[in-house]
Amino acid sequence: MPERKEKQAAVLKKLLRYIGKYTPFVLLSLLFAAVSAVLSLYVPILTGRAIDCISGLNDVDFAGIFHILAQMGLVVLITATAQWFLNICNNRITYRVVRDLRVDAFEKIEILPLKYLDAHSHGELVSRVISDADQVADGLLMGFTQLFTGVITVIGTLVFMVSIQYKIALVVVCITPVSLFVAAFIARRTFSMFKLQSETRGEQTALIEEMVANQKVVQAFGREGKVLEQFDEINGRLETSSLRATFFSSLTNPCTRFVNSLVYTGVGIFGAVSAVSGGISVGQLASFLSYANQYTKPFNEISGVVTELQNALACAGRILELIEETPQPAEDPDAVCLTDAKGMVSLCHVDFSYTEGQRLIEDFNLDVKPGQRVAIVGPTGCGKTTLINLLMRFYDVCSGEIRVDGTDIRHIRRESLRSSYGMVLQETWLREGTVLENIRMGMQGADRADVIEAAKASHAHSFIKRLKDGYDTVITEEGGGLSQGQKQLLCIARVMLSLPPMLILDEATSSIDTRTEQKIQNAFAGMMQGRTSFIVAHRLSTIKEADIILVMKDGHILEQGDHKTLLAKNGFYATLYKSQFVNG
Amino acid sequence: MRQLLAYLKDYKKECVLAPLFKMLEAIFELLVPLVMAAVIDRGIAQGNISYIIKMCLVMVFLGIVGLISSVTAQYFSAKAAAGFGTKVRHALFAHIEGLSFSSLDQIGASTLITRMTSDVNQVQNGVNMVLRLFLRSPFIVLGAMVMAFTIDVSGALVFAAAIPALSLVVFGVMRVSIPLYKKVQGKLDAVTLHTRENLTGVRVIRAFHLEEQETAEFRARSGELTAMQMQVGRISGFLNPATFVLINGATAYLIYVGALKVDGGAISQGEVVALVNYMGQILVELIKFANLIVTMTKAAACANRIQSVFEIPQGEREVSLGKTEASPAKEDEMVVFSHVGLTYEHAGAESLSDISFTAKRGETIGIIGGTGSGKTSLVHLIPGFYPHTAGSIRIDGRDINSYTKEELRRKVGIVLQKSVLFAGTIRENLCWGREGATDEELKEALLTAQAWEVVEKKDGKLNERVAQGGRNFSGGQKQRLTIARALVKNPDILILDDSASALDYATDAALRRALADRKEQPTVFIVSQRASSILHADRILVLDDGELAGVGSHEELLKQCSVYREIYYSQYPEKNERKGVERHAGA
Repeated sequence: MPERKEKQAAVLKKLLRYIGKYTPFVLLSLLFAAVSAVLSLYVPILTGRAIDCISGLNDVDFAGIFHILAQMGLVVLITATAQWFLNICNNRITYRVVRDLRVDAFEKIEILPLKYLDAHSHGELVSRVISDADQVADGLLMGFTQLFTGVITVIGTLVFMVSIQYKIALVVVCITPVSLFVAAFIARRTFSMFKLQSETRGEQTALIEEMVANQKVVQAFGREGKVLEQFDEINGRLETSSLRATFFSSLTNPCTRFVNSLVYTGVGIFGAVSAVSGGISVGQLASFLSYANQYTKPFNEISGVVTELQNALACAGRILELIEETPQPAEDPDAVCLTDAKGMVSLCHVDFSYTEGQRLIEDFNLDVKPGQRVAIVGPTGCGKTTLINLLMRFYDVCSGEIRVDGTDIRHIRRESLRSSYGMVLQETWLREGTVLENIRMGMQGADRADVIEAAKASHAHSFIKRLKDGYDTVITEEGGGLSQGQKQLLCIARVMLSLPPMLILDEATSSIDTRTEQKIQNAFAGMMQGRTSFIVAHRLSTIKEADIILVMKDGHILEQGDHKTLLAKNGFYATLYKSQFVNG
Repeated sequence: MRQLLAYLKDYKKECVLAPLFKMLEAIFELLVPLVMAAVIDRGIAQGNISYIIKMCLVMVFLGIVGLISSVTAQYFSAKAAAGFGTKVRHALFAHIEGLSFSSLDQIGASTLITRMTSDVNQVQNGVNMVLRLFLRSPFIVLGAMVMAFTIDVSGALVFAAAIPALSLVVFGVMRVSIPLYKKVQGKLDAVTLHTRENLTGVRVIRAFHLEEQETAEFRARSGELTAMQMQVGRISGFLNPATFVLINGATAYLIYVGALKVDGGAISQGEVVALVNYMGQILVELIKFANLIVTMTKAAACANRIQSVFEIPQGEREVSLGKTEASPAKEDEMVVFSHVGLTYEHAGAESLSDISFTAKRGETIGIIGGTGSGKTSLVHLIPGFYPHTAGSIRIDGRDINSYTKEELRRKVGIVLQKSVLFAGTIRENLCWGREGATDEELKEALLTAQAWEVVEKKDGKLNERVAQGGRNFSGGQKQRLTIARALVKNPDILILDDSASALDYATDAALRRALADRKEQPTVFIVSQRASSILHADRILVLDDGELAGVGSHEELLKQCSVYREIYYSQYPEKNERKGVERHAGA
């Protein structure tokens, strides 16, 4: 436990640094909170005094009442103003801190090594940047002000009550813990019920997702009845747990209301009795009664705030962890800028693995002369991505080196290395935006004419022209409306815009129709003219025309050489070739 | 929405009792200030301590009775809401299971999942809150005013003015801010999208060195979000100060009116205190009521969305038993299409037109064609996933329309393009094919599907856990297991819809050989983009834009069908070259 506390303290300290930027607003916020809390407590006293001026028939001190009412008006106005400003300050702090956290987290994402990003689920990272940041805002900052006003209200109420009559104040103080006890008891019971409910709900959601998303399989196998049985079993459990959770959580209000009415009655008895003996006035009794009504409220809020604060700290911990993650190694200060690369790529004694101890690529040597074509061949999942990762320096080699034009790529500025490669992957990635914007990613500042030129060169123009809004057609996140092949043509156009000296291309496997595939082939062929190219190849013609064939399987490089040499070797390539193309 | 409420009909008792007990509680709550007024006016004024104590005991009694009625009410409303939610979920799930494939395509799984989960939860919560608060809150607000009337008419008029004014502020602020909150959500979605894009597209972004531009864009979007949040905050922040001013203004005025009345002897000091107390009660309830209205509107919207799913008719097959045959079926004809056409619902044009072919018992039929040429549509007609809209289909000698859904699905085993496994064990998954299949039968199916080695490599063998969505299996493994699942069924007709795409060519070939060697020969349909997968089929159907461009064996098609030639030579360019060479040599 102390370890967790320490961790929480560390998180809090870091968070305070974020909030520290807005210190003036924090101070103002505290000031306004104090003012509004104290003054709103003062109102019942004034009300009480006014009531004291109304003793009975022909016994009303109108001058006194007007005086008090005027005071009340002023107090109310000041309180309202303070509340208004308090809200503005809090919003400002909250939303800006969240924004700062998000921007920092995002900036970190942009410079994190791919190793980190590949190892973490994207959904989880998004939720850190989006919902965790929100939770921090809601929980921590709102919780903090609630806690602060709560404490001030409790102390203020006590002070006011004691200043009127300490004996009755004592009654209130004695009964209040009952309310806290009841609330805590219910909260504990409710928590376990809610946990059970959300677990059952999660179980049901998992089943729904599975069965509804694959409804066609369910129906194809005629499993509707069985699946419904399975669903009903969970549904029945959910009914019970949901009933319990709802019921127990709804007990909080009536129970605290009841304890409140006990406090109210207690104050009533003691107040009335001491009023009879002239200890307090009726107006003071009225003030007491209104305090009794609101005294327990901040206590309930405070107990809620504590859980919220802890939750907020946990969320803050997650987003801060991301912000503090080690970024990719900084650029070598002597790194050179690669301009007009000739395209000589050599890998010398390269060792690489994703996880330590699991060797993948060992002592790999490859020499590619400018303009040569390298075909990467192998079954799906053979590890072609690994090679691309290394060439683009998304990952660094473990030992050995990769040289472009004779320079170790670790001594080349990342930006210039990457922009010397044109990359078209089969898993196309397009962003939400227009066709124009998507192609323009290839070269910032390219104008419309350039984009159209590039689209023409990559045989994409004809289908873009036929889209609803041509180049201004908006592509949705899933690339909706475009076929896989069309998406790939857009990606080619994107590269065509700058047409770098080296290429990494990924041939389509199966899901593209023959005509589009022909276009992609033509576009590829045009691009490769005189450029060093690495092609993940599936078509025999591409493979046979390659200068070097790399045969990969399970991440390892099995063989390399040209078509004839490899066939003569009669190894894995030969088997692959026979089963794939010479067909049996 | 009204139809959904039918699911509450088993909870009539609860739906009446819950609000009733809530109202009872409210009445007891409203009595308290009156008792306190009596304490002040009679107890304190006359120094009657035993009266004070008696009255206070009355208050405790009121509190206890209030607590009991409230707890009772909460129980009934929770019971009604939970029961209602359960019934709606059951009915909705059962309904979805009966939807036709066309309807499923049209609505989409993610929509259905949202309807089943968060929408039902919202409605359940809405029912609960309505039962609890819909009577209580207005009752307290109006009750306070009524009580005020019993004390003094002019004092009550202050209530009559304050309540509409407060309502105006509370509902007004909500009315203005809720649409703005939607805008905030929109801005937040933009920030979320940008973050996600930068993760999914990280390689492309880094390849084009767009990091700085992306960060600037993110800053801009976050800034817009913050500005929007501040704007909404300023409006909703108006609520607290405004109601505070109104309530206290009303109280001050009440004291003034009270002072006049007491001075004239119309009411007592204790009654003024009671009036002030009533004023204090209405604000909380008004805010609760306003929130309830928000919950209700949301729940109603969800209820309508759920209702719209219920309104989609179930896709029952129209079975016409004993339909007379135009021509008597031949013994060995398994699947006969004659002039079949298919127009999808809401589609303008036919997706398949004039398709005729015959598949005999035990034959293997290959289907090839480009994307969107109608291959999948064609095979989906065989198990009756979609109803054909022209021509006729005969399965095993009977018109397809004379089969019930169950009969047809039992006859046909299909392996869909996307391989899907379910959470559970491998055995459970395979037994989807046939409940109670023996291990021997499972093994046989696995061997044929080239999936035995997958199972054997696992520690748990057939009892190995399959994670949700089959995440712990690779694409190729999943494909082989789904093929095995269809084989366990031992169907008369087996359809492989591009089911070998994730298998390497060698495994694909081994699978086809094993299928041919099986004891009980099903009629097999193989859909593929690869010429190699269908080369050796007894007959190949070539589809082009929904029409049959050719039927025949590989050799026949190479001679006669230009579409087939185009596909084949695009995948085997060297054969084309060789042929060219041969032709030259021959000339």
